[in-house]
Amino acid sequence: MRRKLSMFDRTLIGPAIADSLRKLDPRVQWRNPVMFVVYIGSILTTALWVQALLGYGEAPAWFIFTVAIWLWFTVLFANFAEALAEGRSKAQAASLKGLKQTVEAKRLADAKDRSRVTRVRADRLRKGEIVLVEAGDFIPGDGEVIEGAASVDESAVTGESAPVIRESGGDFSSVTGGTRVLSDWIVVRITANPGETFIDRMIAMVESAKRQKTPNEIALTILLVALTLVFVFATATLLPFSLYSVAVTRLGTPVTITALIALLVCLIPTTIGGLLSAIGVAGMSRMMQANVIAMSGRAVEAAGDVDVLLLDKTGTITLGNRQAAAFTPAAGVTEEELAGAAQLASLADETPEGRSIVVLAKQRFQLRERDLTSLHGTFVPFSAHTRMSGVDIAGRQIRKGAADAIQRQVESLGQVFPRAVLATVQEVARRGSTPLLVSDGPRVLGVIELKDIVKGGIKERFGELRRMGIKTIMITGDNPLTAAAIAAEAGVDDFLAEATPEAKLNLIRSHQAEGRLVAMTGDGTNDAPALAQADVAVAMNTGTQAAKEAGNMVDLDSNPTKLIEVVETGKQMLMTRGSLTTFSIANDVAKYFAIIPAAFATTYPQLNALNIMHLASPFSAILSAVIFNALVIVALIPLALKGVRYRPLGAAQLLRRNLLVYGLGGIIVPFIGIKLIDMCLSFLHLV
Amino acid sequence: MTVESWGLLGLFLGVALLCVKPLGLYIANVMAGAPIWPLRAGRRLEAGIYRLCGIDPAQEMGWKRYAVALLVFNALGALLLYGLQRLQYFLPLNPQHLPAPSPDSAFNTAVSFITNTNWQSYTPETTMSYLTQMAGLAVQNFLSAATGIVVAIALIRGLARHSVKVIGNFWTDLTRVTLYVLLPIAFVLALVLVSQGVIQNFSAYKTVTMLQPVTYQQQKVNAAGAPVTDAAGNPVMQTVTKRTQTLPMGPVASQEAIKELGTNGGGFFNANSAHPYENPNAFTNLLEMLAIIVIPAALTYTFGHMVGDTRQGWAVLAAMAILFVGLYALCTSSEQAGNPRIAALGVSQTASALQSGGNMEGKEVRFGIAGSTLFATLATTTSTGAANSMYDSYMPLGGLVPLFDMMLGEVVFGGVGAGLYSMLIFAIIGVFIAGLMVGRTPEYIGKKIEAFEMKMSSIAILVMPLIVLVGTAVAVSVKAGQAGVANPGAHGFSEILYAFTSASNNNGSAFAGLSADTPFYNTALGLAIWIGRFWPIAAVLAVAGSLAAKKRIPVTEGTLPTHGPTFVILLIGTVVLVGALTFVPALALGPIVEHLMLWSH
Repeated sequence: MRRKLSMFDRTLIGPAIADSLRKLDPRVQWRNPVMFVVYIGSILTTALWVQALLGYGEAPAWFIFTVAIWLWFTVLFANFAEALAEGRSKAQAASLKGLKQTVEAKRLADAKDRSRVTRVRADRLRKGEIVLVEAGDFIPGDGEVIEGAASVDESAVTGESAPVIRESGGDFSSVTGGTRVLSDWIVVRITANPGETFIDRMIAMVESAKRQKTPNEIALTILLVALTLVFVFATATLLPFSLYSVAVTRLGTPVTITALIALLVCLIPTTIGGLLSAIGVAGMSRMMQANVIAMSGRAVEAAGDVDVLLLDKTGTITLGNRQAAAFTPAAGVTEEELAGAAQLASLADETPEGRSIVVLAKQRFQLRERDLTSLHGTFVPFSAHTRMSGVDIAGRQIRKGAADAIQRQVESLGQVFPRAVLATVQEVARRGSTPLLVSDGPRVLGVIELKDIVKGGIKERFGELRRMGIKTIMITGDNPLTAAAIAAEAGVDDFLAEATPEAKLNLIRSHQAEGRLVAMTGDGTNDAPALAQADVAVAMNTGTQAAKEAGNMVDLDSNPTKLIEVVETGKQMLMTRGSLTTFSIANDVAKYFAIIPAAFATTYPQLNALNIMHLASPFSAILSAVIFNALVIVALIPLALKGVRYRPLGAAQLLRRNLLVYGLGGIIVPFIGIKLIDMCLSFLHLV
Repeated sequence: MTVESWGLLGLFLGVALLCVKPLGLYIANVMAGAPIWPLRAGRRLEAGIYRLCGIDPAQEMGWKRYAVALLVFNALGALLLYGLQRLQYFLPLNPQHLPAPSPDSAFNTAVSFITNTNWQSYTPETTMSYLTQMAGLAVQNFLSAATGIVVAIALIRGLARHSVKVIGNFWTDLTRVTLYVLLPIAFVLALVLVSQGVIQNFSAYKTVTMLQPVTYQQQKVNAAGAPVTDAAGNPVMQTVTKRTQTLPMGPVASQEAIKELGTNGGGFFNANSAHPYENPNAFTNLLEMLAIIVIPAALTYTFGHMVGDTRQGWAVLAAMAILFVGLYALCTSSEQAGNPRIAALGVSQTASALQSGGNMEGKEVRFGIAGSTLFATLATTTSTGAANSMYDSYMPLGGLVPLFDMMLGEVVFGGVGAGLYSMLIFAIIGVFIAGLMVGRTPEYIGKKIEAFEMKMSSIAILVMPLIVLVGTAVAVSVKAGQAGVANPGAHGFSEILYAFTSASNNNGSAFAGLSADTPFYNTALGLAIWIGRFWPIAAVLAVAGSLAAKKRIPVTEGTLPTHGPTFVILLIGTVVLVGALTFVPALALGPIVEHLMLWSH
């Protein structure tokens, strides 16, 4: 199990501090234009301080020094935020790396011949090679089971302690390197070269220092650069303005460059500029905490934009299995008689449906389980041909199966299929349940109603999604009648019945053609085309390699309901960026009130009327604003890493709320903050 | 604020709002080439124009072609207007035999009139012949207004269309808006103005004997025309008595109508709308104000109608109207409060039945405080630049309002077309920030706002502050710039700041006090005007092209609504915080400190 890291874990802080110093490299700074301006400002003020020490200062050396120090802190705090976010991701990646211990693999020359084994190092295995994995062995690499079946402990990847079954053929054939076989054996064909395995890619993505900026991040950066440019010009031109004012009034001295740099740094959106990349890294890492590996930041961001969720009925909306809910006997048959026959037919049926029939019979009529062998019965297993199962016992031929199968069976024995039963069958189907017929020889006994059990709380969840403007579509192989009934019960907006892979693909395409973004989950190979087409495609880790390759996220827990969490995390990331941008821009109002009167006080003492915060002195005003500007970055690191709290509200309500909190709050908070810092400074006689 | 000033505002806005829907709908129909009566009536004429110019009206253009057509058309217009001014002495309709203006002045005027700016560094009645005024300036008043409108229409098409590469045909758009919107309304307006006493003739200037001779002091000038000063540097004054006065004449009404309707603002006379021949009475004053606001306001409805959701248009209009009322209230109340120095002398400045009270310096008695401040607020929030009072004489805060109006980026109604497209760019930026806050890739009218739109929108809003700030910085730093300032100190700074703000925003109004007819200012302001007009237009057309090519995203609960009160507040906040906040330090050194100095005594 991976350890959950607290926000400011001690093991993270140290390296993060070291990293923030390392990030002072101009080549690193250049990548963040807003902070690069602060960086240049820090260098300039430091130079001005040296000049002041040499006796040519434009202001007292201590003042320039303090401004310079706090500008350096501003840069460092932003570096720290990024380093901390990266540190957390790396820690998560490191725990994955633990999976990459070099193990020995048993290579087979021939999949059918398990006797001739060559022992090789796992990291030497190439794609296409075949290995044998036996109880107690680690699986040496990502691959597909081609022979055998085994229980596998995947807790290292998924955090789920219960072992899972992996077997050849079907949708549970994919295995991940680093997981361990607990019992039995499997023959695995390796599907990835060393360094290209799933875990390798996960680690590379998380660790990658050259994280690709997401489209939204790029657009936001453009806006921030534009704002920064405007403010660079606004402050740079203040120097000639001030020189002119001094020249014409013959009063005071021109504004100092230190004050102008301080003003510039306070005005440009440093809060969001400093935290922007931390937000992106944290978004990926939050996904990871939810045990979802996103293949790119773009995918996480797209998740926030999703308009349509395609959800598989089974496992996502309903519990995996249908359960027997009622017995409806045919004319002339008692319900108990039907229950008895149904129980007999199901005794040897180990499917969950079969078990539930036995359970229902026991609940309704206290029918105890009987031992088939002592009754000398012969179990007739389900076959794709007859599409029935049952038991031959004491001359009786009890069968249960789909309506048309039983009808064929009864009619082949020369009996007329009762119309009343047909009506019951249709009635049951209309309710969204599956009708199973029970017959004894040529006699139809009645109908068992198998019901899909909708997961608890799922309806409320869909309601939340609807409020967020996300449409939910249930995908099922059921017939339209059944699908409609379950859709109504679960509260989904729409459904696709009798879904084939092509129908799924077409559904996605038609929604995309209307400009919607579609998210889906899938695990089977036949899901791969649809997964590739969907904008956000979460593949189940238990799924086939093809499905995982086609998706842009993998859910290690293989929990289809998690799609909803994925969407929320994506939204959260965008919301955090928007909120901090708003906050950052709104902050400027207070900073103007602090710095403008202070900067031009010598020329125009009347401007002190704008000093509505009553800051102690011009020096203290400028310092307070700069210190506030630096500290607010630190104060907002937790918010940047955790993300703005997500609420399932409509866009209008969310906007109102966030405008109030981050817009209005962004205007008010700095007034209070700057005043408090000013009070501290004067209390400590620092200015 | 007096009851009268609220009443005037109410009457004015009320009538203006009544026109929004019908005119907006009409413009939308005209631009779509709908088979309405005026278009059917003008079909032959329109087709003739297209044939003559070799235009295929059915062929639509991508944004780049549209932009190139627009730029070429305007550059040719500038060239023509420059030539017309320089050659006016040799051309007819010049009864005063006015010589050609200087090259720098002619350049400035040419650029200024093709860009809907109408910054006038010259004195019209002593500079421009009737031909130059009519065939040059008035024609460009129509065409520059049409240019602004078609850019707005192109942007609206970008939002309304989806998955196409074209945003319309520049030539047909230009022809239709001139033929069916500007010309008919201007024609009717000119006739009404004539009925109220606005002149329309080609007579030579008249010399009349004044009923009462005027005696006044003025600085002596030497033979070369330079002012004479004594050894101490003080001006040498002399007493002058005037018995006659020259009354300039001309085709005023026809130019006055489009001057207001096209938010141009270039006066036929130097006194602009304060001149009795341009704006004789309170009724024409109201009428001219309505002419200014009616198209910019109506275009918001055109926008809503064309994108298929009129609520979108009303929201934009609401944001404009709220900002407008606030600015008007600030301007009017500070003017009505009067001058504390005069109050200290025991002079009453309160409004009464006999006087409008307040600061009446530089204002016409026939318009009073409200009639002047409403005109001023309107002329500077729209890019009209016409004036019926002297802003230089306003109280510091009263004068701050026209300056701040322009610094908002001329989005409060704004110039015809220009106001709407600039406001929509602010909406895109506002929606971008707010859209992120609701956790989705931001979208406006169903169009995703992505990196390209942000780049172009940033350019569109970035240019104006850059030119204003850099231009002002250069002007206060060089001798040639400092030379033109009449009032020293903070007020002189305001004058220079105002000139560059007015030029970059294509407003054209002047703070006065600054002698701008110098090669330095003519050239610097001319450049500011040119860049301030066409750089944003190119960016806006790029946004239009990019949006038109996008898919339209259906509206869901998760879509940020852009029609409610929250959006209106958001839009206002964006305009103020992103647009105008940049200028706060500069304003602090100009009107704000002036205000504080005045009232602190």
